Amino acid sequence: MSVKTEPRPEAAPPSSVGESRGERLRRMFSSRIASFVAILIAALWTIPTAGLFISSLRPEVDIRTSGWWTVFTESNFTLDTYNYVLYSDSAGGGLIRNLVNTVVITIPGVIVPVAFAAMAAYALSWIDFKGRNLLYIAIFALQVVPLQMALIPLLSFFSQGLAIGDFTIMPAWQLDGVNTIVQVWIAHSIFGLPLAIFLLHNFMRELPSDVMEAARIDGASHSQIFRKVVLPLVTPALASIGIFQFLWVWNDFLVGRTFGGGESTRPLTAVLGDLAGSWGFGWTRLPAAGFIAIIVPLIVFLLLQRYFVRGLLAGSVKG
Amino acid sequence: MSNTRRLMCLAAATSALALAATACGAPDDEGEGRGEVPDEAQDCANYEDYGSFDGETVHIFGSILDTEGDEMVEAWSYFEECTGITIEYEGSAEFEADMTVRVDGGNAPDIALFPQPGLMSNFADALVPASEEVTALATEGWSEDWLQYGTIDGTFYAPPNSGNAKSFIWYSPAFFEEGGYEIPTTWDDLIAVSDEIAADGVAPWCVGFENAGATGWPGTDWIEDIVLREGTDLYDQWANHEIPFNDERIVAAIEKAGTIVTNEDYVFNGTDTISSTSFQEAGFPILEGDCAMYRMASFYGAMWPEGTEVAEDGDVFAFRFPETNEGDNTMLIGGEFVAAFNDNEAIEATRQFLASELYHNARLQTGPWSTAHQGVDPSNATTPINELATEVLTDPEVTVRFDASDLMPGEVGASSFWTGVVEWVDGSKDAQEIADDIENSWPQ
Repeated sequence: MSVKTEPRPEAAPPSSVGESRGERLRRMFSSRIASFVAILIAALWTIPTAGLFISSLRPEVDIRTSGWWTVFTESNFTLDTYNYVLYSDSAGGGLIRNLVNTVVITIPGVIVPVAFAAMAAYALSWIDFKGRNLLYIAIFALQVVPLQMALIPLLSFFSQGLAIGDFTIMPAWQLDGVNTIVQVWIAHSIFGLPLAIFLLHNFMRELPSDVMEAARIDGASHSQIFRKVVLPLVTPALASIGIFQFLWVWNDFLVGRTFGGGESTRPLTAVLGDLAGSWGFGWTRLPAAGFIAIIVPLIVFLLLQRYFVRGLLAGSVKG
Repeated sequence: MSNTRRLMCLAAATSALALAATACGAPDDEGEGRGEVPDEAQDCANYEDYGSFDGETVHIFGSILDTEGDEMVEAWSYFEECTGITIEYEGSAEFEADMTVRVDGGNAPDIALFPQPGLMSNFADALVPASEEVTALATEGWSEDWLQYGTIDGTFYAPPNSGNAKSFIWYSPAFFEEGGYEIPTTWDDLIAVSDEIAADGVAPWCVGFENAGATGWPGTDWIEDIVLREGTDLYDQWANHEIPFNDERIVAAIEKAGTIVTNEDYVFNGTDTISSTSFQEAGFPILEGDCAMYRMASFYGAMWPEGTEVAEDGDVFAFRFPETNEGDNTMLIGGEFVAAFNDNEAIEATRQFLASELYHNARLQTGPWSTAHQGVDPSNATTPINELATEVLTDPEVTVRFDASDLMPGEVGASSFWTGVVEWVDGSKDAQEIADDIENSWPQ
């Protein structure tokens, strides 16, 4: 609201009569008040995370008996909680294994769908074949299907196979224990593909057709064009979709929990939910565990935020 | 701009490093109340009858987490070693939701530990009935009251695992002695003692119903305890919905619970704090002498702050919820039931073991736990309160009834009953109104 407040007359540059809308917006958003409001909002939004971080460094007794803000008067820090949740053999510990699981799930869970999506998007935008638009619309429409609807059918596809009457189309996969991680990878890829194809398609579509034609005249095949011309040009889009998919797979709770086969494949998020124990008494471990869970996405976000913003715009401004 | 970003990255990288730096060796386990597997259960000779398997894995899924889960796994560790069966236990805080997805998706665990018989009966089609051997072990081990909750439509599926005794009232023995209060054995005595304590200027009751998404369940236990003591027939009819929830006798029972729970003169800190006081910590004021009594199941013994002596001559202990009718001897119970979704020899052997005296005796000694298995010696329990609970549960004289909210459909027992109780203690609705609401929410 306060963004709209008129800047003080002496501080504001004289508003010219012929000022365009964009210029006016720019002037309003770069005023001191607007900056102040932005900083205030940023600070407010950071408080819970800061509280989580501070709590995670406090001894268990302190977490139980007083709020995290009391550290400013009497500070008492320890890494015990981190040590416990990461490495303890007893219940509510050993998260390091789940951290590894999450990494093992995330890497193929990002590379596979992005790779397939890039190829599919190229085919849908630059290879002429019958029913191309229909196929594209069908894929686009898949985004509307919530993944929760597909959970049980997909799980039953993995565990019982697919059969019409007595005719078996696909036998049961019979995966067990740690091997069920394959199901998690496939599920993540399936659920990530429609959006990735959609965004990449829009991005590739905007590449100038002259470039493709020139390449074709030089005798390049589709696979050469894809590898040598298109991929380098869409790298920013690939990066941003990669980040999106990474964040989604890393933070996923439902897919990893449903398709994984028990302790051996459980991702970090699935364990977080159970960490407090049967009666919720272990909640003091949650700040440390929660911080472990967010630290990696946080780093990724900070390092790659340039691509992140670009990714939000990619495909959205389609001519 | 790019400087700040570099700074932020540096900060992030530093915290990641700090994370790695905490790797200074595994911390010590907390060992309070934990015991060892008894010698008898360590001897492989006792497992010979189960046969020997090589490389077989049995997947068990349950809602038991954390330390309790570890202790359970320990109790069957020698079974694994001696028979060659690997038991893969997985605990989940979202047991109910996970179970539905897994069973519908054709990915059911070999064995599930159901904390709610009502939920188990939803899966009756997918369950493997108990074999003759398991049935024989169960009949030997448990009273008829218990077995009926593992039976669906006349077929016996699941023997119990643990048993919880719920009709307990926690108190401070020292406080009662100093004040000259007697432990009440009838409802009238209970009210008389409460009045006496209130007259001496102490709040007689601590009440707290908060438990995150399940807020309200401790209140359902209050009402169940009272209905049960009005009559077991009434209780069964109520739990099975043979009478409507808003039957006048049930409304009267809720009002009777209200003479304590919604009584401003009785409740510590006032009744408006009930729904925001966590049940885990609600009883703690007893230690300070701020209130005198707290109604909570036997498992509350494990929740007292570190250093609290839980014993008849210690800081806190529990007495049984008083009876309303003379000569009654009742107990509200909870527990898990061991049901199987698959069938092979290893699963069958595991089921037999989990129903055996050997397992229940071992589990009783690996940590705070109670069971209703007739073959165990209650004095083996690791804590006095579990000894008392196991004594009551194995006593054939005691009439037991399962927590009614766990027998009711989920829409009621895990939803409208909880919210109804909260509205009632908050004073926004009276007993008749919540009973009507709950009756209306019953699935047709």
